[in-house]
Amino acid sequence: MIIQAARWAGPLDAYLIPALDGIAYGLLLFVAASGLVFCFGVANILNLAHGTLYAIGAYTAAAVADGGWATLLLALGVGVVAAAGAGGLLAGLLAPVARRDHLTQALLTFGVALAGGSLLVTAFGPDNLPIKIPAALDGSVAVAGHRYATYRLVFIGVAAVIALLLYLAVTRTRAGMLVRAAVDDADMVACLGVSPARIRLGVLAAAGALAGAAGVLGAPIIGPGPGAADTVLLLSLVVVVLGGLGSVLGTLLAALAVGEIQTLGVALAPTAAPFLLFAAMAAVLAVRARGLPGRLRTGLRLRLRSTA
Amino acid sequence: MTPAGADGVTSAGADSVNPADRRWLVRAGAGAVVVAGVAVPWLVDEYTTSIFARTLVLGLVGVSVALLTGVAGLPTLGQTGPFAAGAYGCAVLGMHTSSVGVVQLLTGAAVGALFAALTVPLVVYARGVVVLMITLAIGELTVTAASRWRSVTGGSDGLAGMPAVRPFWGMAVLDSDRARYLYTLVVVGVVVCVVLVVLRTPAGMLLRASRDDEGRMRASGHPVTGYLAMAYVAAGAVAGTAGSLLVTAQQYVSPADFGFDVSALLLLGVVIGGAASVGGAIAGTALVVAVRDWLSGLLPGHAPLLLGGLFVVTAYLFPRGVAGLSAEVASLLRSRSRSRSRSRPGSLGGPDVSQAAARSEVNA
Repeated sequence: MIIQAARWAGPLDAYLIPALDGIAYGLLLFVAASGLVFCFGVANILNLAHGTLYAIGAYTAAAVADGGWATLLLALGVGVVAAAGAGGLLAGLLAPVARRDHLTQALLTFGVALAGGSLLVTAFGPDNLPIKIPAALDGSVAVAGHRYATYRLVFIGVAAVIALLLYLAVTRTRAGMLVRAAVDDADMVACLGVSPARIRLGVLAAAGALAGAAGVLGAPIIGPGPGAADTVLLLSLVVVVLGGLGSVLGTLLAALAVGEIQTLGVALAPTAAPFLLFAAMAAVLAVRARGLPGRLRTGLRLRLRSTA
Repeated sequence: MTPAGADGVTSAGADSVNPADRRWLVRAGAGAVVVAGVAVPWLVDEYTTSIFARTLVLGLVGVSVALLTGVAGLPTLGQTGPFAAGAYGCAVLGMHTSSVGVVQLLTGAAVGALFAALTVPLVVYARGVVVLMITLAIGELTVTAASRWRSVTGGSDGLAGMPAVRPFWGMAVLDSDRARYLYTLVVVGVVVCVVLVVLRTPAGMLLRASRDDEGRMRASGHPVTGYLAMAYVAAGAVAGTAGSLLVTAQQYVSPADFGFDVSALLLLGVVIGGAASVGGAIAGTALVVAVRDWLSGLLPGHAPLLLGGLFVVTAYLFPRGVAGLSAEVASLLRSRSRSRSRSRPGSLGGPDVSQAAARSEVNA
């Protein structure tokens, strides 16, 4: 039956594994980028240290996980808490410049990213670290006649659950309601008595937790190393541009598209993949004509006031 | 946002002290800088001269960043894109076709402008922090493309072995670090003068007006998006010219020259220089590059940590740059001396039209 399925797939068969990889990669990006979307959409902060939060999670996985289930769970807990703490710290650092322009905030978060990346390299060394995963996940399974890494298949399932939980949290809970309200009209939310500082702290800690979870679980896919933070930040930014703000579904679709471009696109046309990301961004921005959704743009109509 | 009103007042006050004295000071300072710039290769060794040449090149990219960030109001982290495009275009041209400097500079400018023209629709509809995000993605994707497109760019190994450049047909080739530095200095000087002259024309005024009050400009029938698109393409041409100079100055080009850290350094330099000031952009970029090199010599391996600290300190202490800081200090001193005769000047009120106009004046 597997053989039949393979024959039925015909010429597409060779691209089945890259396409499946694309889903895993896309879901990883979704978990990582949704934190950035929250930072940006809710607290209006361009967090250039977001990739570093991911790297904290990934390095935790390399340091804590030793191939057993217990240590994997421990790594997940430690990574989420550490990255959430780093996010909270970032919120504290941002508090004094909260009323300044966004350039200042971008410089600050970039400085934190630079320093944090340097500290991580000092602590864990300049090499890409190997990740030990439980033996049961270390093999491969047959998918339509191909061997496919068990871990990635399980990761797809786990990340899908995280995506579903996130969707439910945003649409069904009080915190999610606050998030949606702040995306729509942050000033009105502040008028209603919700402290912007508390929102900032909560959002950055939640973003850190998501990035940390993505880092621990995604370490076998985008491993801990000096380049991980940059890669995750760049791809998350593209996801934010493609998916817009305030919609979990938009972020999910954008992340899956970027994941497919990064895997299936590379398999089909190795040199064209970065241009494909450009083309996707250009196409989406052209269709929307105004970049991010209009109702957000009014909120983001920011003038640069730093001119002397 | 609220703090802008107060800033408009302070910096407007600093600009209107006594314009004649200030202009004279600026001219004297610029003259001293030019003399020092020409004298540099005779004062330091060859290696330091080549570092100065590279710093000047980055300063020119800083000018293009200031043009967008400060003058047009589009804060950018992506000018490494046209910078890289100009550099690679010029390197390929230098290896296969022409080693004449003027041809290479024009090619670099054209490639940079073309790059900007292709990415215009991504940038000009967005504002503020969204532009930062999109331009960052553009810059990073350009570097990724440069390291993947091996057949043209040599991948992450980069391109080397370009023949030495002759500035003009029939002139001698630039075969020493001193000659390459002076060539870079002359080109940067010419481009900066062109930018300053253009900013003094109505074109520059329209751009600053679009930045200060887009709604009013649109209401008066000005195609603001078109102005921004033109500014973006012009800044791309400036960055592309800098790319061409980079190839001449270091005779080597690789994706590492255009990384994320370079974009961020440029933005930091421009912010320190006062965002809208062309001279400040070069000075700020040079300062940041010098501090980076000094730190990496001082503490090998820990430079990024200290540099990150520098970013944080800058964000806290001088959000308006060193130029802004000196203006604030000056206005603080003045308001104290004035408050003896009158009660406090209206530093809490919003900016009126003349103050806004004074604020948007470009400091050379």
